[in-house]
Amino acid sequence: MSNVLVFFDVLGDALSPAQRELIAQAQSLGEVHVAIGAYEGDPTPALAIGGIGEVYLAETSLPAPEVAVVDLLETAVAECGAEIILGSATADITDALARLAVRLDTGIICGIAALNGELVATKSELAGSYTTMSQLIPAPGRPLVATFKPNNLDPERVDALLEAGDAPDGTVLPVRPSVGGVEILERTALEVSARPALAEARVVVAGGRGVEGDFTPLEELADELGAGLGASRAATDAGWIEHAAQVGQTGVTVSPQLYISAGISGAIQQRAGMQTAGTIVAINKDEDAPVFEIADFGVVGDLHEVIPQMIEELRRRKG
Amino acid sequence: MVNAPLHIITLVKWVPDAQLERRYNAEGRIDRSEGVLSELDEYPLEAALQLREAAQDREVRVTALTMGPAGSSTAVKKALQIGADDAYQLTDEALIGADIWASSVALKAAVEAVAGAGEFESGEPEYLVLTGMASEEGESGAIPAQLAERLGAHVVTYATSLELEPERLVVTRSGGTESQKVAVRMPAVVSVTDQANDPRYPNFKAIMAAKKKPLTRFSLADIGLRAEEVSAKVRVLTTTARPPRTAGEIITDEGDAGLKIVEFLAKERLL
Repeated sequence: MSNVLVFFDVLGDALSPAQRELIAQAQSLGEVHVAIGAYEGDPTPALAIGGIGEVYLAETSLPAPEVAVVDLLETAVAECGAEIILGSATADITDALARLAVRLDTGIICGIAALNGELVATKSELAGSYTTMSQLIPAPGRPLVATFKPNNLDPERVDALLEAGDAPDGTVLPVRPSVGGVEILERTALEVSARPALAEARVVVAGGRGVEGDFTPLEELADELGAGLGASRAATDAGWIEHAAQVGQTGVTVSPQLYISAGISGAIQQRAGMQTAGTIVAINKDEDAPVFEIADFGVVGDLHEVIPQMIEELRRRKG
Repeated sequence: MVNAPLHIITLVKWVPDAQLERRYNAEGRIDRSEGVLSELDEYPLEAALQLREAAQDREVRVTALTMGPAGSSTAVKKALQIGADDAYQLTDEALIGADIWASSVALKAAVEAVAGAGEFESGEPEYLVLTGMASEEGESGAIPAQLAERLGAHVVTYATSLELEPERLVVTRSGGTESQKVAVRMPAVVSVTDQANDPRYPNFKAIMAAKKKPLTRFSLADIGLRAEEVSAKVRVLTTTARPPRTAGEIITDEGDAGLKIVEFLAKERLL
């Protein structure tokens, strides 16, 4: 059986949905070991999942952009004999795994949706307009490094795949933080929203120019649906909502089960960020808005009337 | 003390226009027969120009470097028009189909060649490589870290602001879980997001002036690499165009559209 090393740049009190999904993906490929970058106290209780092998960490927490996480990963790969090294496709994790791939003299495939038993990676390319299959060109002793996009397994499926287990023991590796180079002067936690993270949300409600400055109705709808809140570039550029909410070519790419687009025309750069959604519902005043070309259900109308009615009906159904 | 001169090498890529239909060819490679300067690479270029303009007491040169097919000269020419001082284009048949691994090997050698070629009046320069946050067509964002690893340089990705201090660059960034202000020493590779600035447009005078700026073309052999040193580690097996989405049911609101959307969601089991 293959050994798979999963990298978590940060591990908190509990695994995030994306981290749980990654473990489920990894367990289909072999025995899973975990390397942890930043942590507080003893992080191992969060990994109380059946079948987890070794858990590697440094004596001190290694928060990004600490380059010593690459030393940690390199040592962990040697320790557990990993043939596959996986992480989520976020900036800090990509940085670490990209460097690791150089040290291991091997290839890296970023942003994949699935990896099968033959280590063929399935990936969405060119903003969702293509699906590609790719693999490492085989060579002895060459491990595969890959990063996964979230939301490729249903949460119910992940729950079914992961069995509860005992908290594993951590193995402390002799890795020390680097000196000089990059010095962190200030750290600010990003505002934690009660809503699901945009890139990981199963449902996304997004607003654009048609929102006319007030996201309140969309926020209420998002909360009613347990959805993440997104926006078009026009809305973020106007300062109506924080920039992190931007869905599109240069913003966040989302692939939720359901995407509700309100007051967004759906220009190509916006569509690039959401066209792989399972179902698209669009509301726009302009019947010629391009978003209607790709919507599964479209309403030509005023979002300020349609959305409050939706919220009312959703609440009525919940009783 | 006079500050050491700074050589800012900005990586710019010639990519298929994201506003048009982009496709794979029969060899499983992205069709690169036409292209534009990647919009995402205008931000690091603007950042470089702003650093040069802000450094009153320091000699700063901004070089644009591209790697790509013959047509990629368009990208560096545009960079010269926008304001780069000089430009380099790495073109070689052996780079067709380069993956992340191979691209970072070639770019490492190219950056070293460019850094070595620069002549400065005020002493030995330090160098800083600026890149976009990701390539527009590959979207991996893995090159900056790989390039830094190979150069033995420090790396800071996803910068939203950059400020030059005498011996370091202060960068604000967000890597996912928090926003950070970090100080990085040279040599460094820094990727710059589309949040960092508003890129300028070249005016007529700049377009005319760009014609006189030096553009150097080199091949792998010119930078000391053999074709087998840039063979890809990853191969694409198949590419399948996703069937285009088709329009579903479109209705006009007659006062009950909110109810109808909820009915649709219930029918599709999405509630």
